[in-house]
Amino acid sequence: MTKKILIGLAFSPNLKANLYEAIRTANVFDASLYAVHVGIKDATKADNLKALLANGPKLKTPLQTIWKEGNPVTVILETCVKINANLLMLGALQKENIYKYYVGSIARKLTRKAPCSVLLLIKPSVERVPCNHIVVNGLEDKKTAETMAYAFYTASNFGCKRVTIVEEISQSELEVKVNDNETLREANIKKERIEKRENLRVENILKDINTKDIIVKKQSIFGRRGYSIGHYAKVKRADLLVMNAPTKTSALDRLFPHDLEYILSELPTDVLIVK
Amino acid sequence: MANKNNFKNFVGELPKNIFSGFVVSLIALPLGLGLALASGAPPISGIVAAIVGGVVVAIAGGSQVTITGPGNGLVVVILGAITTLGAGDMQQGFLYTLAAIIISGIVMIILGFLRLGALGDFFPASAIQGMLAAIGIGIFAKQFHVMLGNTEAEGSIIELLLQIPSGIADFIATDDLGLLWAGCIGIISLTIMISYSKIRNKYFQLIPAPMWIVMICIGLYYYFDMISPSDYPIDKRLLINLPNNVLSNFPFPDFGKVSNLDFISAVIAITLIASIESLLSIKAVDKLDPLKRRSNVNKDIRALGLATVISGFLGGLNVVTVIARSSVNVNNNGSNRSANFFHASFLVLFILLFASELSKIPLPALAAILVYTGYKLAAPENVKKVFKIGKEQLIIFLVTLLTTIATSLITGIIMGIIVTFVTHVILSKDLLLFITNLFRPNVLMFKEGETFYVSVKNFSSFLNYTRLKGKLDQIPESKDAIIDFTLCEFVDHSVMENLNDYAESFRRKGGHFEVIGLDSHNAGSEHPFALRKNFISQVIENRVSTSKTLTKRQKSLHNIAEELSWEYTPEQHIDKVTELPSFGYFKTRKIKEVSNILSNENCELFDVEFHEGELFAKQIIKATMLFISLDKKIPEFTLDKEGFFEYIYHFAGFKDIDIDSHPDFSKRFYLSGKDIYEIKDFFTDELILFFESNPYYHIEANNKGLLIIGRERLAGVKEIKALADYGLRLMPLICEKLQTV
Repeated sequence: MTKKILIGLAFSPNLKANLYEAIRTANVFDASLYAVHVGIKDATKADNLKALLANGPKLKTPLQTIWKEGNPVTVILETCVKINANLLMLGALQKENIYKYYVGSIARKLTRKAPCSVLLLIKPSVERVPCNHIVVNGLEDKKTAETMAYAFYTASNFGCKRVTIVEEISQSELEVKVNDNETLREANIKKERIEKRENLRVENILKDINTKDIIVKKQSIFGRRGYSIGHYAKVKRADLLVMNAPTKTSALDRLFPHDLEYILSELPTDVLIVK
Repeated sequence: MANKNNFKNFVGELPKNIFSGFVVSLIALPLGLGLALASGAPPISGIVAAIVGGVVVAIAGGSQVTITGPGNGLVVVILGAITTLGAGDMQQGFLYTLAAIIISGIVMIILGFLRLGALGDFFPASAIQGMLAAIGIGIFAKQFHVMLGNTEAEGSIIELLLQIPSGIADFIATDDLGLLWAGCIGIISLTIMISYSKIRNKYFQLIPAPMWIVMICIGLYYYFDMISPSDYPIDKRLLINLPNNVLSNFPFPDFGKVSNLDFISAVIAITLIASIESLLSIKAVDKLDPLKRRSNVNKDIRALGLATVISGFLGGLNVVTVIARSSVNVNNNGSNRSANFFHASFLVLFILLFASELSKIPLPALAAILVYTGYKLAAPENVKKVFKIGKEQLIIFLVTLLTTIATSLITGIIMGIIVTFVTHVILSKDLLLFITNLFRPNVLMFKEGETFYVSVKNFSSFLNYTRLKGKLDQIPESKDAIIDFTLCEFVDHSVMENLNDYAESFRRKGGHFEVIGLDSHNAGSEHPFALRKNFISQVIENRVSTSKTLTKRQKSLHNIAEELSWEYTPEQHIDKVTELPSFGYFKTRKIKEVSNILSNENCELFDVEFHEGELFAKQIIKATMLFISLDKKIPEFTLDKEGFFEYIYHFAGFKDIDIDSHPDFSKRFYLSGKDIYEIKDFFTDELILFFESNPYYHIEANNKGLLIIGRERLAGVKEIKALADYGLRLMPLICEKLQTV
């Protein structure tokens, strides 16, 4: 499925880790890796890159580097379209202290506009860190089936043994407001019913997915859509969070952030947005 | 069938509710009159509020044992409204205020329908304390003068307070006999109020203190009327003025000033105080309910609003839920809303049968009751309590108190909110933490088996408490709940206090409510409600912060240690439990420190903080583990629930070892290690039976001993007990096995 991976490179202290992660990912997917750098190609940068490539993990197919000047967002998006990339990898930035990460404005725009799936790395590592636990959203959406399939595809490629499917159930779906003992009981019965229904729905999607050798867990959480799942991934210290791409983003969505915006503002772990 | 039973129960409980309603009405009568007088309203308006409130809320309310009527919190607001709206004319001011009361009732109904009963949670606890104390001082300042027979005293709260010494001097020096009598009655009444709870005589205690005062006053009147040759010495001016025919002559509200700014601010203030007082009372009364029912707050607010509207049209004051009368109701075995209804019915009886007697009650006697109430609200003990929680709480309290006294209630509470926020920012030294996360959901709840697990991140204070409350309210109190603050950097006093309330109600209803992840948060004082902030960066520098105060969890750990007669060390150490790094689990994880160590000769149960990953990827993780040291060598192995792969990658390459005679064990557990034969030999039938019949733990063995890990997070007290018990039972089995080798 993933045949062409594009990574946006900036010559930052993270370059080495980002590059090595990209190489490993490309190898894992058997994909060819493209690197785009927005800026002029000069000797030092090229040498630097060459040195890194020589010392790092070996790519199965050689890296193709693209140097281009212009607005970073446009250049990367154009390259994406041009090479027909399946996956765009971006390194997230680090905020004042080491506990917080955020996506810079460029990465944020790219995530919204990219025509392909996007993988945001908050903890790129020079050495391989095994991916042990993937959390994927299982919410009711026409894209979910595809996202889940992609998550399991990624899991089997990375050799990840555990996938948790998280169904976020929003409060409004409960319809029962907890006021007293009676309504509390009702709400809990209703919750169980919703959980069962959601599990069944996920079960149906799973029928068509090869989950061999992977431990699948279903977890219902009650909270704000798109946000609670990030919190959950953080609490459970998942290595990768796989999410649906948002259906649409308008100016209004940015004012009243939801789904993706929450995740982008508070990256809990590496995030893969499936398109 | 259930309905029939309910009805039978209801009828069966009627007698005790009638009795309880009667006792409450004995207090409600003098208090209603007094509160109305103190508000500057006709005395009957307080009784009207109690009667309407009792009837309407009993029918439409959502709580069980609360009593409704005029509230003391509103005295200051209503008095202010009457004075400003009337511009000198108290009668006209009262009519305008009635209109304000009606509109505030409508607002409350709307709030109830919008489910904004939670509005009260937005106010910081210490600010509310400060506001209540200010109200108390307000009542005290004005009523003290009335108690001494001086109804003319006027001015702001501060002026009235300053006049108290000269008021006393004037009273002593007075040559007006009537005034002297009135003042003496006031002082005697106050003495009764103060000493009532100290006199432990069951006959004396049969009648509530305010009713004693009423009875003494009426007795005195009849003494002068029938026995003594002289006239009743107290001037008519100082007696309660009740309308001759209480069933007619309802004053009608005047809506003439509806668009006036003063009017609007009066409505806001009345609504604010009425809802805060009611919400606080409902919450407090729920804790008293012997049947442990949960009140439907929003339904109650709607009922109170409706009652207020009706009361306003009949010339009555606001209807709120009142704590003191409700406690009396519970103490006298009131068990459902009918008690509230009967309290209203008895008031109707009193007012119809004894109107002329009641009108002989001197004002100073009622004022004395209010002086006592006011003092209770602002008592120095309250200040002391706040101070114990922390210095910053005292600042919040005092600023709110002083602003409220000097300006108005609304300004006071707004000031309180601002000061609270500013102190939070100063204490956490992180304004961004609050600003960026204010509107973000910060609470996650999911079920871990049967346990509800709630994780709170960023910050948790009065600003976003509703979100936490929304989640916590959905947990049945008979279940187990764990609230994890590991990801949360700042927790304020209001939240801590509320969590404590939850813990209490869970305890009452047989559940278990536990807060974890606060051990590394520094507290400003010893008090369990003190706000706590996380000093991740500072802890590294001055690691041994021994002066830190213990959290509730640490105290419970201490208790467990005593129960098991183990030793307990709360401080953080890096050099304790030195065997840890030798375990495969810690091969890829760097131990930062070990704290909360419970230990005996062989076992050490502790919280360990460690890093996973480096630099960017660095994550700090805290978990609870048990280490058992063994003097003899046992084969290296790891044992896991089948499917829990996160622990075992350091043993990669080793396959699951199947114990031939126990297919079920092999199916459920993942056992791996280097020396298959030794391990197979080690796992005897008893040991396998033990593992099969006990909860799953991750167990790792090496030449030093055993490491037992539950979930990869801090364990709650209950879980720690289970873990310790598990270890204690496992150890003899293994030792026995080692002996035989």
